[in-house]
Amino acid sequence: MIWDWDWTLEILPGLLTQGLLVTLQATLGGAVLAFVLGLFVALLRRSRRPYISRPVGAISEFIRGTPLLVQLFVLYYVMPDFGVRMTALTTGIIGLGVHYASYTSEVYRAGIDGVPKGQWEAAIALNLPRRWTWIGVILPQAVRRSLPALGNYLVAIFKESPQLSVITVVDVIGLARELGSERFRYLEPMTVAGLFFLLIAIPASILIRRMERRLDT
Amino acid sequence: MITINPCSAELPGVLGETMPFLCDGTLITLQSAIGGSVLAIALPVGLMATSRHRGVRAVARVYMEFFRGTSVLVQLFWLFYAMPLLTGFQLDKIFAGVLALGLNLGAYGSEVVRGAVRAVPRGQREAAVALNFSPFQRMRYVVLPQAFVEMVPPMNNLLIELLKATSLLSAITVADLAYEGRLLVNSGSDQLIVFALLLAIYFLLSYLITLLMRFVERRAARMVGRERPRRRAARAAEAAR
Repeated sequence: MIWDWDWTLEILPGLLTQGLLVTLQATLGGAVLAFVLGLFVALLRRSRRPYISRPVGAISEFIRGTPLLVQLFVLYYVMPDFGVRMTALTTGIIGLGVHYASYTSEVYRAGIDGVPKGQWEAAIALNLPRRWTWIGVILPQAVRRSLPALGNYLVAIFKESPQLSVITVVDVIGLARELGSERFRYLEPMTVAGLFFLLIAIPASILIRRMERRLDT
Repeated sequence: MITINPCSAELPGVLGETMPFLCDGTLITLQSAIGGSVLAIALPVGLMATSRHRGVRAVARVYMEFFRGTSVLVQLFWLFYAMPLLTGFQLDKIFAGVLALGLNLGAYGSEVVRGAVRAVPRGQREAAVALNFSPFQRMRYVVLPQAFVEMVPPMNNLLIELLKATSLLSAITVADLAYEGRLLVNSGSDQLIVFALLLAIYFLLSYLITLLMRFVERRAARMVGRERPRRRAARAAEAAR
């Protein structure tokens, strides 16, 4: 048998607690940032002032067209030159959040576009101020519509979080690489780490699909 | 006439110092992106997911769920570091990378194909049956051309995702664009300029993909007798003039 069960059991607790904890921190931090930032980006892109909507749109397109990995490099290596010092994990969370904000902003945009026109007209008929039209009428409906797609991006952020291991964050994959390099044997840690991702991501995406169907009806 | 070669070492300053290496990296990036997308041509698996036979559908579903359940990076590490111990043979690193990219993005592509094929109106199939088309003819001449038009925009996004994912190959020391960039930074080039160039090249490449796919979409739409409304309006306005 090539598979070393003893070693697997030895490394399993570490991967389950320490590694998974960092992965979850990165995922949740990145997701919260992406969801909040994405909403602001979506709103700014709808601004009637072109000197706001155009640059925000261009920056968001640019972020979507370039790899997360390179953006992480920039945050990790270049930001300290400007006097911004952060831990690798914080850098990673910001990277994930900013990168996925460019995706979630599109989700919100579709959600806002999906709010029936009558809602806008009713708000005008009631002489609701523009701010309250957004806060009280449009956004609650738009965000509700966006929830399933945002859930998909939560899973996507979870799956992409291993990229942080490249900037020395010790998440599940980072830890698996470390453990593997100690014995120069990657089979067990990598397989276990990969299985973690499968075991969490597949049920999560099934759950989201179910939610999607419920919100549809 | 002066021709400027963006890859030459004679460019002034940091550009001349870095561009030759970045160009090498771009070539590797393009190679792996093309290799990955050829592998990811997901047509068969996507069609399998619309099959009438339960078993065929199940195979397609397992493949799609499995490869969409983990990221390219995890699959890459597994293929490159873990699999050799299990099976006893080591893949070449570029091949491992292209394989991981192709299988992963192929799973997403299958979903796109499945969705587009299912979105073709029922009446189209029924009409093909009424005209006594064989199942193959039905697929080839009726369903696929229409589904293809629907597939192109999401495929565009997937190709851009694929291009961006090639940067992960640098983690297993494939000398792609991201890897060359890091190497340059480590050997003391101005990191701000190097990373700016990296981002610019990646963005340029993904913009090129979008341009190419827009062209493909227009052709595909024209071939099934559909044209994008905006275009038609523009042409009508031209004709009126």
